[in-house]
Amino acid sequence: MIHLSTPLKKDALINLKAGDEVFLSGTIYTARDAAHKKLIQLLDDETPLPFGIEDGVIFYVGPTPNKPDEIFGSSGPTTSMRMDVYTPRLLQLGLKGMIGKGYRNDEVKKSIVSNKAIYFGAIGGAGAVISSCVIQSEVIAFEELGPEAIRKLEVKNMPLVVLLDTYGNDQYELGQHEYLNSKNT
Amino acid sequence: MKKLSCHVIREEIKKMCIEAACILPNDVEIKLKNSIEEEPYELAKKTLSVLVENSDIAKKLSKPICQDTGMAFVYITIGQDVQIVDGILEEAIQSGVRDGYEIGYLRKSVVSDPLFDRHNTGDNTPAIITYNIVEGDLFSITFAPKGFGSENMSMIKMLKPSDGVEGVKQFVKEVVVSAGANACPPMIVGVGIGGSFDKVTNLAKKALLREIGSKHVDQRYADLESELLDIINDTGIGPAGYGGKTTALALHIETFATHIAGLPVAVSICCHASRHKEVFL
Repeated sequence: MIHLSTPLKKDALINLKAGDEVFLSGTIYTARDAAHKKLIQLLDDETPLPFGIEDGVIFYVGPTPNKPDEIFGSSGPTTSMRMDVYTPRLLQLGLKGMIGKGYRNDEVKKSIVSNKAIYFGAIGGAGAVISSCVIQSEVIAFEELGPEAIRKLEVKNMPLVVLLDTYGNDQYELGQHEYLNSKNT
Repeated sequence: MKKLSCHVIREEIKKMCIEAACILPNDVEIKLKNSIEEEPYELAKKTLSVLVENSDIAKKLSKPICQDTGMAFVYITIGQDVQIVDGILEEAIQSGVRDGYEIGYLRKSVVSDPLFDRHNTGDNTPAIITYNIVEGDLFSITFAPKGFGSENMSMIKMLKPSDGVEGVKQFVKEVVVSAGANACPPMIVGVGIGGSFDKVTNLAKKALLREIGSKHVDQRYADLESELLDIINDTGIGPAGYGGKTTALALHIETFATHIAGLPVAVSICCHASRHKEVFL
């Protein structure tokens, strides 16, 4: 098992391969559909973003509201492809990691390679497990969006799988082929 | 005539919202556990184990299994000898959903207008309600919240009668493959065949509510169910799409008579968090 900490540095990322299981610790930011739309609007208006994106990590999630006695609600990943239209621009600004689930389009894949970033998978639907890795949470922007607000999270040992690595390898293709090959031999 | 109070219905729906979100139905949990044993691919085994662990934690902490606590689908079966008193049934249901999502700390995921004003309604209403009127004095509520990761991947196709069984197989496979990792596999696949453009999607949804692994009463359809499940589990998509055997936990078919010119087919995909709960009042 590989341990990674934020901010993500190039040296660590180029050693990752699709299929690697990783424990991620440090600061990450949540953003999904509506928050991405607003981030891009800020960039269009040449207004500073609410968090430093360089070497940063975005987690595509809209958590359930946390109860008074808990740090964070259930928080599995949402489908990443809805963010594809916004992603290359953020990668060019230095975004180094994305946590989500599901396929990305070719433009995002190319941008991940050229910007030496990583797309991590969290298991869709494992909302309670993932939530237990969050040790601190704070809404830092777009509070009016409710579950879609941007939250700054401190995570400890968040279990992830490398889905797209800096060399363009795709675990969704590799895993499928590996399983089918093992079955046919 | 049996009288049923709207207060009772509202209270019941409230409880169902919370329980459905936090407790994975027993049949799904058992199937998930069994699939770990039958899964040959290592990463897939681990992924399935995390899902079982997730369901244990959710139950213990009364925490939602998945953050997408869904849009609320409510199916009411009402006997014609039942009289609803103390209010309006529709309002009782919507109020129950509002209460449940608020008190249960469930995510409110509904926007008021689909295109122009995508503002969160703030209470997860309106729920989508389906009524079914039967004889006698039965009253049952099925509550089935559904996330849109999988809902977005569902499809319908109006096949030609000449497309036949092969056409159905091809379409079902096509939908499952295109859903793949996006739909949070291992999935449960509901297939509707027959009826009309609207009826067939209801059939597909209804198929999702059946007990995992239950068979269609007509042996030919039961055989088609197992053949399609094998086809899906031979794609290699696997749990979370990371590769493996367990792409679907079950596939159910529901059918209805149709027009001489038609063969409607709908495929409704549900993630492994196939949450539903039924009560009789």
